[in-house]
Amino acid sequence: MSAPAESPNVAASPARALKSHYDALVIGCGMSGLGAAIRLAMSGRSVLVVERHNAPGGLNGYYFKAGRKFDVGLHAMTNYAAPGKKGPLTKIFRQLRIPPEAFDLSPQLSSRISFPGEELRFANGIDLLESEVARAFPKKIDAFRDLVRLVEAHDALDISRPQATPARALVHERLGDPLLAEMILNPLFYYGSALQNDIDLDQFCILFRALYLEGFARPFEGVRRILRVLLDRYKALGGERLMKCGVRRLVADCGHVAAVELDDGRTLTAGSVLSTIGSDETLGLLGMDAPGKTLPRHGYAEHIACMKPLPSELGWKDTIVFFSNTARTDYRVPDGLVDPSSGVVCMPANYDFGTRRMEEGMLRVTVRANHRAWKALSKSEYAEAKKQVAEAMMASALGHLPGGAAALPKNALLFEDTFTPLTVEKFTGHISGSVYGSPVKVRDGRTPCDNLFLCGTDQGFLGIVGAILGGISIANLHVIGPGA
Amino acid sequence: MTKEDCKKVVLDIISEIAPDEDLSNVRGDVRLRDQLDLDSMDFLDIVMELRKKYGINVPEADYMKLSTLDGCAEYLTPKLNTVKA
Ligand SMILES: Cc1cc2nc3c(=O)[nH]c(=O)nc-3n(C[C@H](O)[C@H](O)[C@H](O)COP(=O)(O)OP(=O)(O)OC[C@H]3O[C@@H](n4cnc5c(N)ncnc54)[C@H](O)[C@@H]3O)c2cc1C
Repeated sequence: MSAPAESPNVAASPARALKSHYDALVIGCGMSGLGAAIRLAMSGRSVLVVERHNAPGGLNGYYFKAGRKFDVGLHAMTNYAAPGKKGPLTKIFRQLRIPPEAFDLSPQLSSRISFPGEELRFANGIDLLESEVARAFPKKIDAFRDLVRLVEAHDALDISRPQATPARALVHERLGDPLLAEMILNPLFYYGSALQNDIDLDQFCILFRALYLEGFARPFEGVRRILRVLLDRYKALGGERLMKCGVRRLVADCGHVAAVELDDGRTLTAGSVLSTIGSDETLGLLGMDAPGKTLPRHGYAEHIACMKPLPSELGWKDTIVFFSNTARTDYRVPDGLVDPSSGVVCMPANYDFGTRRMEEGMLRVTVRANHRAWKALSKSEYAEAKKQVAEAMMASALGHLPGGAAALPKNALLFEDTFTPLTVEKFTGHISGSVYGSPVKVRDGRTPCDNLFLCGTDQGFLGIVGAILGGISIANLHVIGPGA
Repeated sequence: MTKEDCKKVVLDIISEIAPDEDLSNVRGDVRLRDQLDLDSMDFLDIVMELRKKYGINVPEADYMKLSTLDGCAEYLTPKLNTVKA
């Protein structure tokens, strides 16, 4: 991929001076780590964030290639709340005391769910989707409205609930039309289901709200903007950060993390440790067996194509297109390298940036990929496979854009890049290069150790907004709050 | 410090936590939660700020006493006067 200039395993040089003890230590400088770290620092605690990679952001980081800036993950910030409206994003601004303008969010234009023979458009707020459902599935509009009410009434952020009620069959039953149900489910699978061919009910409700009731936005600059705001806030609170040096081992004694050993051999102690690297990955640091390690995990391949003219000039005006070439999305780890028959196309230039305009356009195509199949390739096979897979991904995706591949002028593509689950594994350390982590979530973040807690991905809080909020809520619940 | 001063202290903290709330007409005898969009995370922050700014520790058992502005004044004024002294 998409390799940042430096390998993530380079030892820090020269070694940053550290205290021997911190009130709290956070493993991972991604979205959830930063959310947690800011809260912990706000409460007056001494905090250290430890990150193995050279750049912050994790699954939502950034890199440079061929003189261009790329975001690893940012298609869209979900949960967009227009100024004055409440929601998870407002909660983040409040909890971190960040002014909402700081993220410089521009709302999406509109997005589309494209299936064989049918499509549904949606924009921020439920209105457009509701009218589209009424147009395409007139007999099912009441069932759809009932589903919206069910989602609104569901307190999916209650982290005390035990997990995993599969929701796919329930959504089918409630909507009473297989195509409508599949079209509603498809974007929610792709934006955060860790299950195979299903989605947990809480996750369904969280994502339904995040995508359809609220919606998408993006900073003009991309994810760097968000990270800069979070890092500045953390720094202003006196928080410390150690980069390019990971945590190698957690030394536990009678169910308590007694010491933290860093990649460079240094050892320190911490009152509480918050880990954002994944639950099985964290058990690995404890030297414990992680039985969930072998469960299937979703990996993704993403192809990025930089282009001139802008997509909108070709008549491609959607912000995001969720596509499927089949009436039922086979949302599981594919048998081959990738399954290009369904996925996501994002066009980052298609946001309402006001008078600002991107110089180049970009198409980002994401499909499910099989980590093991990629791992089995030799170096030369890998490069060749990336090329072939990229072609298949583009062909499938362009079939869902107006005019198809024929609308794309020859020489329009300026630069292309593909990343695979191996890339994600290399730069974030997630098992199998998975993006949504283990299918088994630990909602309250508890681990076998009384001062070690999980937050982010494997706590079931996904996406940028979810991960930040996950970090905040775990810091509140276990370290800062009354029950801590 | 009078009870009115104490209410101002609490309102100032709330305005920092929730700058988007209109605090001009907050009634003393109605639960803060019922007049403002505050959740348990925000209450945690009120307690956190009281500790950071004034060194007051509010045990969990007493959280209920902070549910209205009058309640806050009743409970916090003597504490504020002791710490200030
Ligand atoms: C291709 C792609 C597209 C995406 N698109 C979107 C999108 O459009 N919108 C959206 O909201 N979300 C999107 N996401 C998902 C979102 O990015 C993640 O859910 C979120 O960033 C997860 O954050 P996290 O903090 O939980 O985990 P991570 O970001 O994985 O953070 C964990 C960090 O820990 C570090 N680490 C690992 N092991 C160690 C160790 N031993 N010691 C120290 N550090 C360690 C890693 O390097 C990493 O930085 C996308 C992700 C990808 C990959």
